[in-house]
Amino acid sequence: MSKLHVSTTVNGDAVEYLCDPRETLLDCLRDKLNLTGAKEGCGTGDCGACSVTVDGRLVCSCLMLGAEAEGKQIETVEGIADGDVLHPLQKKMIEYAALQCGICTPGILVAAKSLLEKNPNPTEEETRYWLAGNLCRCTGYDKIIRAVMDTAAELREAS
Amino acid sequence: MALDDRKSEFTFVGTRPDRPDGLDKVTGRAKFGADMSAPGMLHGAILRSPHAHARIVKIDTSKAEEHKDVKAIVTRADFADVPFKPGLEGEFWNVLENVMAGDKALYDGHAVAAVAATSALAARDALKLIEVEYDVLPHVTDVDKAMAADAPVIREGAADYSVPQGMHPNVVRYHESGHGDVEAGFAEADLVIEDSFVTEATHQGYIEPHACLGALGSDGKGELWCCTQGHWIVQKTCAALLGIETSQLRVTASEIGGGFGGKTTVFIEPVALALSRKANRPVKIVMSRSEVFRATGPTASASMDVKIGMKKDGTITAAQGIFRLQGGAFPGAPGDMTAMCAFAPYDLTNVRQVGYDVMSNRPKQAAYRAPGAPMGAFAVESVLDELCNQLDLDPVDVRLKNAAQEGTKASYGPRYERIGLVETLEAAKAHPHYSAPLEPGQGRGISCGFWFNHGGETSVSLALSEDGSAQVMVGTPDIGGSRASMALMAAEVLGIPYENIRVTIADTASLGYNDVSHGSRVTYASGLATIKAAKHAVEKLCERAAAKWGIPVDAVKWQDGCAVPSGPNAGDFDPMPLADITADMGRTGGPISGHFEATPEGAGVSFGTHIVDAEVDPETGKTSITRYTVIQDAGKAIHPTYVEGQFQGGAAQGIGWALNEEYIYGDDGRLQNSIFLDYRIPVASDLPMIDTVIVEVPNPGHPFGVRGVGETGIVPPLAAIANAVSNAAGVRMKQLPMSPPRILAALKANG
Amino acid sequence: MEFHSPTSFAEASALAAKATGITRFLAGGTDVLVQLRSDLVTPDTLIDIKKIDGVGKITCNADGSWTLGVAVTGAEMSEHPELGRDWPGLVEAMDLIGSTQVQGRATLAGNLCNGSPAADSVPAMVAAGVTMTVTGEDGTREVAVEDIPTGPGKTSLAKGEVVSAVNIPARGDNGGDAYLRFIPRTEMDIAVVGVGVNLRLDGDTITEARVSLGAVAPTVLLVDACAEAIIGSTLDDAALDALAAAASAACNPIDDKRGTITFRTEVAGVLAKRAAKIAYARAKGEDL
Repeated sequence: MSKLHVSTTVNGDAVEYLCDPRETLLDCLRDKLNLTGAKEGCGTGDCGACSVTVDGRLVCSCLMLGAEAEGKQIETVEGIADGDVLHPLQKKMIEYAALQCGICTPGILVAAKSLLEKNPNPTEEETRYWLAGNLCRCTGYDKIIRAVMDTAAELREAS
Repeated sequence: MALDDRKSEFTFVGTRPDRPDGLDKVTGRAKFGADMSAPGMLHGAILRSPHAHARIVKIDTSKAEEHKDVKAIVTRADFADVPFKPGLEGEFWNVLENVMAGDKALYDGHAVAAVAATSALAARDALKLIEVEYDVLPHVTDVDKAMAADAPVIREGAADYSVPQGMHPNVVRYHESGHGDVEAGFAEADLVIEDSFVTEATHQGYIEPHACLGALGSDGKGELWCCTQGHWIVQKTCAALLGIETSQLRVTASEIGGGFGGKTTVFIEPVALALSRKANRPVKIVMSRSEVFRATGPTASASMDVKIGMKKDGTITAAQGIFRLQGGAFPGAPGDMTAMCAFAPYDLTNVRQVGYDVMSNRPKQAAYRAPGAPMGAFAVESVLDELCNQLDLDPVDVRLKNAAQEGTKASYGPRYERIGLVETLEAAKAHPHYSAPLEPGQGRGISCGFWFNHGGETSVSLALSEDGSAQVMVGTPDIGGSRASMALMAAEVLGIPYENIRVTIADTASLGYNDVSHGSRVTYASGLATIKAAKHAVEKLCERAAAKWGIPVDAVKWQDGCAVPSGPNAGDFDPMPLADITADMGRTGGPISGHFEATPEGAGVSFGTHIVDAEVDPETGKTSITRYTVIQDAGKAIHPTYVEGQFQGGAAQGIGWALNEEYIYGDDGRLQNSIFLDYRIPVASDLPMIDTVIVEVPNPGHPFGVRGVGETGIVPPLAAIANAVSNAAGVRMKQLPMSPPRILAALKANG
Repeated sequence: MEFHSPTSFAEASALAAKATGITRFLAGGTDVLVQLRSDLVTPDTLIDIKKIDGVGKITCNADGSWTLGVAVTGAEMSEHPELGRDWPGLVEAMDLIGSTQVQGRATLAGNLCNGSPAADSVPAMVAAGVTMTVTGEDGTREVAVEDIPTGPGKTSLAKGEVVSAVNIPARGDNGGDAYLRFIPRTEMDIAVVGVGVNLRLDGDTITEARVSLGAVAPTVLLVDACAEAIIGSTLDDAALDALAAAASAACNPIDDKRGTITFRTEVAGVLAKRAAKIAYARAKGEDL
C-alpha cells in the first residue's frame, strides 16, 4: 500500500503530507499537520465536530479523503481568529457561555462562520437548520443560537 | 463542619464573567483526550465480541503478531489477578472483567484482545488477523426477561446479601424502603391508579469519544493522559488492574468533551497501559463512536409499577413503586436510587418503594446525570398527572399541596433541611408559560424532580504569588465551566479580581485525592474547598499583617482584599492590600498558601419543576416540543449563565430520552444503532429556546449556599414531556421513547 | 486500497473494468467514506471521478431539460437560481440528505448508486422522470433512474460502468413536483418513508402524474396505481383518499430500527396526500 503525496493549503499556509489512501482529511489535519482543533466525534458525518471549509464550502473533514485535498484551500478553526484578534463569533461564544465542554465548539464556529458569510441575517429557524449537523450535548443549543444571531446582528451593524 | 463563614452579600459571586478557558476553547487550542501525542507513540485498537453471550474457547493472535507494524498484543492474561467478590464489593474485578473479557464475552462489543501498532490503520488491520473461537450461549437483554425463571444466567454468585432468597441469579441487588402503611393509605383514597411503565437505555452521548495516551515502564512507573471526570479513580483503578502501586501512576486529565456520568470509570485506559508495558512505548487509544455506544456505559433500562392513592382534594394517601433496572452484565444498575428518588418530592404518610438491580447481556451501565432518578419520576409523575386529570385538579396545585418542605420525612428516610421545592412550584404557577394558551393539537405537561447531590472526597490547594495573584489547584475536571465558578468563589474570599486568579485542574501527583466530577458535587464540594483554602490563606495573610503592625492577629480582619486593623486597633493603620503582603512574603515567613482536604457532608438536595408544551401530529405521531421552561433551586448561583446552561442541557437530554433516544437490540443480541445517525440525539432544529428560572433557597451546608445543579435538570423532563404528549394525544404514553410509531400505534388503539 | 483520479469517464470505466475485488467510484464520498471508516466496505480500488472535466456543471439545455455533472453537490443544486424553480421537489429532496456539511459533498448519482431504498433524492428523481447517462467500455447508454437500483446496496450497473451525467427532463407548462419524507427528528435522519409526486394540470385537472415511494420496499417504487388514483381528478378528497390507499397498498416494508411495517404503510398514505397537494399547488403556479 503506497502512500500518496498531497500538496494543499491550510489556513493560508502551503503544506504537504504523505497519506494512506484510506486516511481522511481529518486524520491528515490532526495526525500529520498537528492541527487538532477539528475533532472526530463520530466518523460518519453526523456530528459536525470535524467541520472545515474546502474552497469555501462547509464540509465534514471525516467525509473527505486526505488525498482529495490536493490543490484545495482548507480553512479550520485554527484560522478563524486574525492573529490575536478573535472573530466576533468567537467572542460571542465566550460571552454567551455558548459552550460547556467545548468539544463541539470548533465545528460550530466553522459552520456558523460559513452561515454568516452566506446569510448575514439568518432567522432563528435558518440558524438552527444550518447547524443541525453540529451536535452539542451540553447546552441544548439555546445559548449557541443566541450567540450566532447576536453576532450576525453586530456584524450587520458594523457593515 | 462549622459554617461560621456563611455569606449572603456578594461582590464577585453571582456575576457572569468570561470563562478562563474561553480563548483556548474557541481557537482550537484546548487539548482534549485525543489531541495529545508522544514521541515514539503507538496506536492501540481493541477487538470486540460480536456475540451477546459466548464462551471464549480460544484466542489465536499468531497471525497478528507476524504483522510487521504490530508491537504488542494483550489479552486478559496481561492484567493483574484481581479477586472476584460478589456484588459491588468486587468493583475492581467487575471493571477488569469489563475492560477485557475473561472466560466469557458478556455483551456485543465486549473487549477480548487489543493490539498496539505503528499507525491507527495498522492496528485496525491487525485486529482482523486475530482469530477468536466462540461457543455462543443463550442471551438476554430485556430486564423483565432477565428476571424470568428460564433466563440464561449471566454469572453465578454475583448477587450480594440484599437479594431475598429464591430470586433469579441475575437479580444482584435489592432495595426496599419507605414508611407508614400503604395498604391503609390506599383504603383512604378516593381514587387509586396503578400502572406500569417502561424506559429504554440511553447513552450520555458526549461528543468526545473516550481517548487516552498511556506509558508504563518495566519499573512500574507510569504516565497517563485521558479524558475523564475523575483522574484519581482512574489512577486507583488502573493501578489495581495492572498490579502496580497507585502513587507510581501519574494521571493527567485532559480537557473533557462531555461526560454526564459516562466518564466516571475506565474502559481503554488500563488497556493502553498494558499495551505500553508490553511494547515499551507510549500507546494511544481513541474509541470510535460505534465503540462508545457498544462498549461504554449507557444508563439502565427500566420496567416499573407505580400505584398512588389520592383524595378528591388532591391529598396523596399512599404511594408505592416497584422499579426493576437492567444495568448490563455487571452489578450496578441504580434500582436503589430510582426507588429512593421516585417519591422524594412529596410529603407522604404512607410510602413504599422497591428497587431491583438486574444483570443482562448488555454493556456495563455507567452513571448518567442523576442516575436512576429520571425513570422513577417518569412513572410517578405520569400517575400523578393521570390522577389530576381524572379528579379534575390543577397539577401544580396538587404538587404544592403534597410538596415536601423543611422538616418533612423524606420517602427515603431522613428529614429534609431547608429545601426549595415549594418555591419552584410557586414560580411555575406564576410563570407566564403556565397560563399561556395552547394551540389545537398541543398539550402541556409539568413534572417535579429530585436529586440528592453529593459531597465526596475533595482536596484544593491555593497559592499566592508575590505580585498578589493567586493560583488555585482543584482536582475535579471542569466539565461545564467550573474553573470560572472556583475563581469567583476564591475572588470573593480573597477580595482580589476574578481575572487575577488562575484555576488549574491539577494532576494526581500535584494534589491529594479527589472524587470524580459527579453527583453535582463540583461547585458544592470543590467550591467549598476553594473557599476554605482561600480562608486558610487569608488567615496567614492576617498573621503577616499583624506581625508587620505589631498587633495581635485576632485584631486583624480581612476586608475587600486588605488586612484591616480592628477592635482596639481599628483605624491605627491603613488597610494593607493582599499584594503588599505577598510582595515580601519570602522574607516575612515564606510562601503563603491555603489548603483544604475533607469529605464535605452538607450537599443540599435539589428540586426542580419543568413546564413543557408538546404538539403531536395525529397522522404521523410525530412530536414537536414547542415551549420549555426549567425552574430549579440552585441554592446560590455562582455563575448564573453556567447554571442556566446546566438547566438547559439537562432539559435537552431529557427531551432526547423522552422522544427518540434508545438502545435497540436485535434478536441476535447485537446493538443495531451504534452511530449518531440512528441513535437520535436532539439536533439544533429539534429544540425551542429553553427558558430558565433560577430559584435560590440557600443550602445550609455550604458557606455561600450552593446546591449542585448539574443533575436535577434531567429528572423532570421524561415525565413532563410524557404528560404533555399524553395530554396532546389524548392517550397515556407509558413507554419511552415516545417515538412516532409508538404514538401512532397508541392513537390508533385509542380509536 | 488503490486510489485513482482519472480525467475522463472512458478512463474511469477502463480502470473499473480491469480492477479486481471491490471497486467504488468516489463522488461526494458521503456513503463511501462512512462504509470505509466502519470497515463495512473497504474497496480494493477507489476511483475519484471529480477530476473529470464538466462533472461540476449544471446546464440548462435549449429544450428546457437539464444536464447535471455527477459531482454537482446538493448545496450547488440548492443555490442554483433556476433549477429549483423548475424542479423544487427534486432540489428539496436532495437538500434533505444529511447536514449542511453533507450537502457540501453529496451528489444525486452517489445517492442513487449507494442503492439504499431510503435514499431521499431517488423517489423525487423517479417521479420527475430523471435518467442517468452511463458510460461503459462499449460507450454510453441512458437508463431511467428506477431501473438502476435492484435491491439494498445493489444496482443494475455492470462491471466497468459508471454514471457520467444526470438528465432531468424539461419542466414544461403547468407542472409541479414535491417530495416529503418522514423522519422522527427534524434533520439528520434516514427516511422512514419518502414520497415523490410529479404532476401536470390542464386547468384544474391532473393530466399526468408520477408517484414514487421510498423506504417501503427493497427498492424505490414507481407506483402506477397512485398516479391512476389522481389522474383525471382535481385532487379532491376522494382522489386523495384513493391516492393514500394506493400508496399504502404498494408498500412492502420491513420492521426495523427506523420504523414498523404498520407505521410505514400508514404514513406512506399520509405523506402521499401531503406531497400531492404541494405538487398540485406548484402546478397551479403557487410558490411553495
